[in-house]
Amino acid sequence: MDGRTKLGVILVVLAVLHGVVLFAGFFAPYDTAAQNRELPYVPPSRLHFVDQQGNFHLRPFFYPWVARAGSYGEYVEDRSRDCALRFFVTGAPYRIAGFLPARVHLFGADDSAPVFLFGSDAYGRDLFTRMLFGGQISLLAGLLAAGLTLVVGLLLGALAGFYGGWLDDVLMRAAELFLALPWLYLLFAIRAFLPLQISPAQAFLLIVVVIGLIGWARPARLVRGVVLSARERDYVYAARGFGASDLYLLRRHVLPQTFGVLLTQAAILVPQFILAEVTLSFLGLGVGEPVPSWGNLLASLQHYDVLASYWWMFLPGLALVPFFLGYTALASALHERVRAISI
Amino acid sequence: MRRHTVGRMLAAILVAVALWNATARAQSNRPQAGEELLVTGGEVGRYGGKLVVSLRAEPKTLNPVTAVDNPSKEIIWRTMADLVHINRLTQKTEPSLAKSWKITADGLHYTLKLRRGLRFSDGHPLDADDVLFSFEVYLDEKVHASQRDLLIVGGKPVTVRKLDAETLVFDLAQPYGVAERLFDGFAILPRHLLQQAYREGKLAQAWSLATPPAQLAGLGPFRLKEYVPGQRLVLERNPYYWKADRQGNRLPYLDEVAFLFVPSEDAQVIRFQAGDTDLIWRLNAENFAVLARQQQARGYTMSDLGPGLEYNFLFFNLNDLGGKLPQIARKQKWFQQVAFRQAISAAVDRDGIVRLVYQGRAVPLWGQLTPGNKLWSNDRLPRPPRSLDRARQLLRGAGFSWKRDGTLVDSEGEAVDFSIVSSASNAERMKMATILQDDFKQLGMQVHIVPLEFRALLERLFQNHDYEACILGLLSPDVDPNVDINVWLSRGGQHLWNPGQAKPATPWEAEIDGLLERQLTAKRFEERKRLYDRVQQIVAENQPMVFLASPHLLVGAKNGLGNFRPAVLDHYALWNVEELFWRDRPAR
Repeated sequence: MDGRTKLGVILVVLAVLHGVVLFAGFFAPYDTAAQNRELPYVPPSRLHFVDQQGNFHLRPFFYPWVARAGSYGEYVEDRSRDCALRFFVTGAPYRIAGFLPARVHLFGADDSAPVFLFGSDAYGRDLFTRMLFGGQISLLAGLLAAGLTLVVGLLLGALAGFYGGWLDDVLMRAAELFLALPWLYLLFAIRAFLPLQISPAQAFLLIVVVIGLIGWARPARLVRGVVLSARERDYVYAARGFGASDLYLLRRHVLPQTFGVLLTQAAILVPQFILAEVTLSFLGLGVGEPVPSWGNLLASLQHYDVLASYWWMFLPGLALVPFFLGYTALASALHERVRAISI
Repeated sequence: MRRHTVGRMLAAILVAVALWNATARAQSNRPQAGEELLVTGGEVGRYGGKLVVSLRAEPKTLNPVTAVDNPSKEIIWRTMADLVHINRLTQKTEPSLAKSWKITADGLHYTLKLRRGLRFSDGHPLDADDVLFSFEVYLDEKVHASQRDLLIVGGKPVTVRKLDAETLVFDLAQPYGVAERLFDGFAILPRHLLQQAYREGKLAQAWSLATPPAQLAGLGPFRLKEYVPGQRLVLERNPYYWKADRQGNRLPYLDEVAFLFVPSEDAQVIRFQAGDTDLIWRLNAENFAVLARQQQARGYTMSDLGPGLEYNFLFFNLNDLGGKLPQIARKQKWFQQVAFRQAISAAVDRDGIVRLVYQGRAVPLWGQLTPGNKLWSNDRLPRPPRSLDRARQLLRGAGFSWKRDGTLVDSEGEAVDFSIVSSASNAERMKMATILQDDFKQLGMQVHIVPLEFRALLERLFQNHDYEACILGLLSPDVDPNVDINVWLSRGGQHLWNPGQAKPATPWEAEIDGLLERQLTAKRFEERKRLYDRVQQIVAENQPMVFLASPHLLVGAKNGLGNFRPAVLDHYALWNVEELFWRDRPAR
């Protein structure tokens, strides 16, 4: 597979993954906050195609979990009822990509026997639904923070590289300071200064800004390096000789050189920042209940009983894997492409 | 031949010494002449063995006068004793260092008779002067003893007189409904060890963890053996203890009690599960379930003691904010309406809380006293089931209405939203908050949950009043209502929704104040009970606190521990530590 096709395949895979999360409302059967108080910690519903009589069903079905009498968190499959999975059902209202209101879901089941593909949490909320919607917060936080970081990094790096002198010194020393700081503790410190009593949306924006502003140092240094070499090129001198302004030189000749570096950096930073959001939320400093994010979905694993008793609570952790693999592959493919072009 | 004789003589001496040692030990375990041992009713056990338990934090001090933290008290009360003690199982008083007491008909004078032959754990005899010294210390304002408030009756401190070496008289300024329960929790201090520190004004610093065991003594069943910072504290048997079993064997049976320090409840559970510790108490329902699954295989037994004295509740900020915090003041217009609070109470799914937070190991609550309080709980309080219809009706009656999208608005068209603060480290209360958030959403209210670090939470509650609603829990140390009197008196420092009022803010708070004052001096239990029933009724009607649930007390113990009878009151599994014994001494 040549570099171009490889990059194409990776991009398609990533697009599909992001698409599923973006349209979480359609792919998820329920509302993220809907509690089923009779069904806490239900194990994942098992999908079957062959019933007890040995008949094959084209449409998958499941046996609903019912609590064992007098117990808590112990369930048995009710084999007397087979509940077929139904497709394109009308259910809980949601907004497509956060804007268009809609009610159609890819699949669902009868209200009397909800389907929990990944089991349910302590409040009987569908973990599959919460995982998909949790991705919206975590991915968006990662993408926005990476964007913010790159803009700041590009701006400061270009300034430092292009003008040099004391500006370069000040900016690069500051960058070194930021690189040396342990970012996790810095995040804690910044989060501790900010008000606690905020809505989930504000908390989300805060996280994005905090993570985004801390990470600017590395891209800024890389951009500065590229700008330093680019501004010494003959055609830049020539353009300057013709009376081109600094802004023109930066825009036409210098910054385009940095795009390869920026793209690769973006592919590296996005998963890193997703992980930063997950860490903050895991420790209870991210978005609050009942809004899900991958981090706060994993937070219940801090308790020994959850860790020891309900294995499906680990599943949200697995969601990170394909995204991280995708972004890492993208970064290396981009790196190869950039090198190929520049050679 | 000569050498042979010497050898024989040596052997004879050795045997004699050994015999003398054995009889000496046996003797010290039998009452001496002139000793009046208290005979306990438990099963007759066997001597020896060690009990290992874990504590979630290290003790801060070994000084019973200044200790306020739980780990310190857990340890101190194994080494100390009081004059009259509340039996943790029956919840009634019983003789302790005082073998008997009399209260005069006017309720003002208490005459206590000390047990004869009492000795501190260092062998020093106790007399009435030690008792005088102890109460002098507790009453001294400069010492800042946390128990001092309990000795102020009718605004005046209790005074103590010595009639003779074994008889003491306590004089009160007015009758006190608590009666002899008053004496529980006042450890009698050794004058010979602490008097100098007290005279020098250093009593608060005395008996730190660095104090050598030889300088500590008490009247409890155990005494300090060693303390290893960060790891453990070990107590050894007090050979002078003043209780005996039915066959006259001196208690305690165990040689040692070791306290291990672990960082969290989860760590306690893991240590217990692994067999490193012998007892665990006050654990949450989830961990209880995890442990219960393996009790057969691992050789321990878990038991559910039923509801304890912890009550969890939601309350709103009803403080007079005096023009500050206008955001909250605006919302107080809702919180101050009784109908609003009643609607909140009607919307709470208490059964859901019991099921989801406590896995069914709790009871729903409608009043401040839990069913664990056998003596005082008002059985006639209404316990209405959850009803959103009733909640809506109450809200409608108070001028609230709903927009087309279901949002609840007040009479001025303002949408009803508020935040609930709670302690971030308490997973159970955070779970309650999430359940309430969903309950209130069904009434069209928007609720935000704000987890706070505990100290930050206390600062908001008691100092700057910067909160809207809060979920909190209180744990009563005793069944008598007087232990929580600061919560219910309007001038009380723990009157959570509006603490320290100069004069009662509402007529019903004034009525509660009056009832509490009256029960304080009432002499008959029935009279006090009648008055306190009315207090419970007023609280339930006005809902200054919306009561949620009271967790069961859950404990576990390694199999083979005799006389293990855990209680729902303070000291839980260790209240009768002197009676505990191993049926088969476990290999360790």
